[in-house]
Formats: sequence, C-alpha cells, structure tokens
Amino acid sequence: MSDKLIKITRFVGLGFFEPVIRLSRGEESKKNTILILKKIVAPLASILLFLGVWQAGSQALYNIEADSRIEKAFNGQGQAAAAEMRICIESGDVSCQPNTLPSPAQVYGAFKTLLKDHKVINADKKRFKEKTAILNKQRTSEGKNPIVYTGRPSFVDQIITSIKTVFAGFLLAIFIAVPIGVVIGLSSTLRSSFNWLIQILKPVSPVVWLLLVFMVVKTLTKDSNTDSSFIISFVSVGLCAMWATVVNTAMGVSTVDKDFINVAKVLKLSAFQKVFKVILPSSLPLIFTGLRITFSVAWMVLIAIELLAQSPGLGSFVWEEFQNGANDSNSKIIVAMFVIGIIGFLLDRLMLIIQTFVSFSKNEGI
Amino acid sequence: MKSERILAQNGFAQSEIMLDLYDLKKVYPTPKGDYVVLEHLNLQVKKEEFITIIGHSGCGKTTMLSMIAGLNPISGGGISVLGNSIKGPGPDRGVIFQSPSLMPWMTALDNVMLGVNRVFSHATKKQKEDICKYYLHKVGLEGAFNKRAAELSQGMQQRVGIARAFAIKPKVLLLDEPFGMLDSLTRGELQDVLIEIWNKEKITAVMITHDVDEAIFLADRVVMMTSGPNAKIGDMLTIDFERPRTRKAVIEHDDYYKYRKYLIDFLEH
Ligand SMILES: Nc1ncnc2c1ncn2[C@@H]1O[C@H](COP(=O)(O)OP(=O)(O)OP(=O)(O)O)[C@@H](O)[C@H]1O
Ligand SMILES: [Mg+2]
Repeated sequence: MSDKLIKITRFVGLGFFEPVIRLSRGEESKKNTILILKKIVAPLASILLFLGVWQAGSQALYNIEADSRIEKAFNGQGQAAAAEMRICIESGDVSCQPNTLPSPAQVYGAFKTLLKDHKVINADKKRFKEKTAILNKQRTSEGKNPIVYTGRPSFVDQIITSIKTVFAGFLLAIFIAVPIGVVIGLSSTLRSSFNWLIQILKPVSPVVWLLLVFMVVKTLTKDSNTDSSFIISFVSVGLCAMWATVVNTAMGVSTVDKDFINVAKVLKLSAFQKVFKVILPSSLPLIFTGLRITFSVAWMVLIAIELLAQSPGLGSFVWEEFQNGANDSNSKIIVAMFVIGIIGFLLDRLMLIIQTFVSFSKNEGI
Repeated sequence: MKSERILAQNGFAQSEIMLDLYDLKKVYPTPKGDYVVLEHLNLQVKKEEFITIIGHSGCGKTTMLSMIAGLNPISGGGISVLGNSIKGPGPDRGVIFQSPSLMPWMTALDNVMLGVNRVFSHATKKQKEDICKYYLHKVGLEGAFNKRAAELSQGMQQRVGIARAFAIKPKVLLLDEPFGMLDSLTRGELQDVLIEIWNKEKITAVMITHDVDEAIFLADRVVMMTSGPNAKIGDMLTIDFERPRTRKAVIEHDDYYKYRKYLIDFLEH
C-alpha cells in the first residue's frame, strides 16, 4: 500500500516526501531522519531565509523612498511640510505611502484582494447570466448574437486565458514542428538545405514574431469582426517556441539506432511502417525533450506577447497594473510573478510526467 | 587428417548449393587510400547446412556477413541465393544480430510480428499470431509474450531475436556472434535453443563466432578465414558428428579434441 504511495510520489516529482512515509512506517529511522532534514527541513529553511531577505530588502527600500519624500517636501515647501509628510507616512495613510518593492505581507494581502475580487466578479457574472438568460434565448431563436458579459475579467480569468493561449500555441507548435522535424530528419539533403533557415529563425525574438503574425493575421481577418488578439498571441507563441521541437525531432529521427534501421531493412518494411513502427517510436524520447523545452519557452514568451499585444491574460494584467500605479499595484505584480512561476513549474512537471510515461527505457527522464 | 577434412572449393553439385559467394571483394575507402578487406573470397554453402565462421578479430567476418545480408555494398564478385544474385536486403535472408536489436517499446510478440506481418501479409491475424506464438514458445518465452522488450533480460531478448529470425522462414539465416554478449551459462542455454529449432527447420545457416567449442557444437562445417587485409577462406573443417547432437555426446566424442586442436592451431598460426 505505502510502497504504491512512494511510487506515486516519486512519479509526480514529490520524491522528497518519501522519507516521511518511510519514517512513519518505522523504517531505518536514523537514515530517514537525515533524509528529512536534507530534503524537507533544509528547503523550508531556505524559504524562510528568502522571505527574510525579501522583508529586509523591502524595508530598506521603503526607508529610502520615505526619506527621499520627506527631503523633497523639505526642499520644496520647508520644515513644516516635511514634518507633515513624516506624520502622514507614519500614519499609514494611502495617499502618501512610498511606492516601492512591496513586503511579503503586502503581497499576501494583494493575493487575498485578488481572490475576493474574483469572487465578486464571478457573482456579478452569474447575476448577469440569469438576467439575460431569457432574453438570450429569444435572441438566438431570432438569429441574433446573444448578449455577452463585457465586464472586467478577474485575476483568475486572466490566468485561465493565459493557460488556454499557451496550450493553443503549444498544440500549434506540435502540429507544425513535429512533421517538419520528421521530414527534415529523414532526409539529409533536406536537412542541409533548410538548416540555414532554422538557424536564422530559431533565435528571433518573440516581439518580432508577434509583429510578423500581426501583419499576416490583420490582413487575413480584415473583414471578419472576430477578436483576433487571441489568434495573434497563440500563433506567435507557437511559432516562437516550436524550434526546439523541430531541432530535437530532426535529431531524434536522424540518429535512430543503426541496428533498428538494419532490422527494418532486413524485414523490408514499407516506408510507412518504417516511419511509424521504428523511427518515430525510437525518437519519441528526444521529441519529448524538445516538446518540453517548447512548452516552457511558450509559457515564458506568452507573458511578453500578451503584454505587447494587449490581448487578455497574465501579461496584460501585469502591464495594466504597472500603468495603473495604484497603491497595491506593485504587490499585485509580484503576485502575478509568483503565479506565473508556479504555473510554469507545474506545467513543466506535467510534461515531465508525460515524458517519462512515453519513453521506453526503464531509466529515462531528465 | 588435414587433407581429407578440407573440401574442394567447388565440390558441390549446383543443385545442392543454397548460398554462393564467388570471387567476393570488399574495399573500404579510407583517408589513407583504399583498404581491401576481402579479396578472392569463395564460399559455397549447401542447402540445410550449418556453417560457422572463425577468424581473427578485424579480418572481415562481419563485413562478409553484412554483405550477404545485403546491408553492405559489394565491391567485386557476387553473392547468390539459389542461383539468383542478391539485390539489397530482404526477408529471404534472416539476420540475428550481435545485440538483440529488438524495438524496446514493443512487446516480445509485436517484435516477432513485425517481420511476420511483412512476410505473411495475406495470412489472417489469428494465423500470424499463431506463428509468432509458436516460435516464442519454441525459444522458451511462453510466459513473456506481452512483456515489453526493454523489460527482458539480454538472454531473453536474444531468444526473441531467434524467434523473430525463424518466424519469417528465411532461406538463409545469418548470425553474427549472436551469443557473444552473454555469460557462458546463458550462452549454453541459447545454443541449445538455437540448435533445437534448427534441427526442426533445417534453415541454411552461416554463423560467426569466436568460441571454438560453439563452432564445433553447432556446425556441419567450420570455415576459417585468413587474417586481413585481403582476407579469404583459409581452411575448412567438416564436423562429422551425427545430429541431433547433445553437448555431452559431442564433448565425449573421440574426434572432438582433434577438431578443437585443428581449429586452435589455425587461429594461433
Ligand atoms: N565502414 C568501414 N569503413 C572502413 N573500414 C571498415 C569499416 N567497417 C569495417 N572496417 C574495417 O574492416 C576490417 C574488418 O572489419 P569487420 O568488422 O568485418 O571485422 P570482424 O572480422 O567482424 O571483426 P570482429 O571479430 O572483431 O567482429 C577492420 O579492419 C575494420 O577496421
Ligand atoms: Mg564482427
């Protein structure tokens, strides 16, 4: 039973939990205690250390900012204004708070605000839906477009939009990159003739891809009134991130074990069988390594692309908060930063699980 | 003893010959000029004959075998099977490689099926499966039909390799040190497995080995290659033990040590 538990924790990348399970069963208590110290206590301590440095840093920055405000007031309006500013800052009044790197507590507060905000917007949406249900039914039966909610998206909505976009971009990358990689990998002639193009396109920055896609999509969707920002962002993400998969797939396909190729030759397999029964399966591990890189690149550039394209998602959330400059904007940006990081980490874990699942060797997986 | 053991090069009737290598030549181009591995190599193998090939490392045994398999282009002379010159690889010549070369992501059954599907393309699925299962059973893997190749031990993988080669019913079976990577105990087991199937199917076999005892135990004739470059057939030794053989009977036979000494003398020469 708990052996299975251990296997599962290892499989999902929570292997550090293993000594706790073992210790609770009374196995090798000394060894497992050390393991717990190493794998759980030490990381926890590092988190505390991180929070401490952050707290101290934000405090120091806060003091610098506060001093400069007081000094500015003194230089501009004299002693009385400076004293007033000091009192104002110390009272915690929002109107004169120094705006700098927020402390951990402030960020946590912003996180709670965002969740509350989400609940409010959700309730609002639900009310809207109930209110327009009958009307919309009528409109659809008349062949008109239903009325949709156009209110502000919540933080959670933004996250969901971003995840949708990254998956769409990732799927696009798979459908373009894997076939290209296979074809190039199969033929050394094609490989050498297109190598220059791949090498040139690979390092192109997401910004340029975005502009390129923008030019094309704008022309193609000129007369339709659909919202093209989603298309633009996921296509740019896909194009920008697919190169690792192209290169890895081509490499996997072109370096299939010579023995396998010989077996295929001796058995005189058809080209189709050779590709689908021998070459593709044996290059799956490398293809998946490529896909994993593609996925993490996609997530990373997505934020930048959303920010630039003004398409909904975490990127534009960050940008709007930055422009907004409200009292808790900085804290919200930091919340977004953590959310982006954690989601990126989880998505990578997901890919790793799939990768270990499809790779055939017993001890594969990086 | 020497002269009576050596067969005349062209001593077989044409109708008896399964595999014919005539005036075979292989040249590898190297940066320092052409390297002639094999030259004037003549060898004929009869139908239902099992020959083993011994020779020093690097003399060109693998080169010769891969040319017969059609995996390596011929530089001069020719190779024919039943009188027809070979053109590239084909399932009439089954190969058992040194490393088992199974597709690790496929089950044992699917690995055998890969070739069977190809060769018996008109058979029903059930018939094809029966063929695969029959040969897997013959090599002692009845419990492992659906195990993935990656989960099998080296010895078990090579058993699948044997089943895969026999299941496509080739005219000639080519084996390049198939048991070289196994420990001696497993090697003995697999020799028994191989010879047992072979006794039933009598497929003309050409096997390279470094192991003199293995060469004698399995073969009707041991072919000795000279050292390279320009290697050719140096000598041959007919093994006159009756079949089916048992290891015990072979080792206890009066001629065994004569054969053994003869081969070792050749190699140490
Ligand atoms: N592709 C190649 N290009 C150039 N030279 C080669 C090539 N393949 C083999 N050779 C050379 O040809 C010679 C014969 O090689 P081969 O592998 O046939 O020997 P072998 O008898 O099978 O040796 P072993 O008993 O060690 O397996 C060697 O000297 C080797 O270096
Ligand atoms: Mg060799």
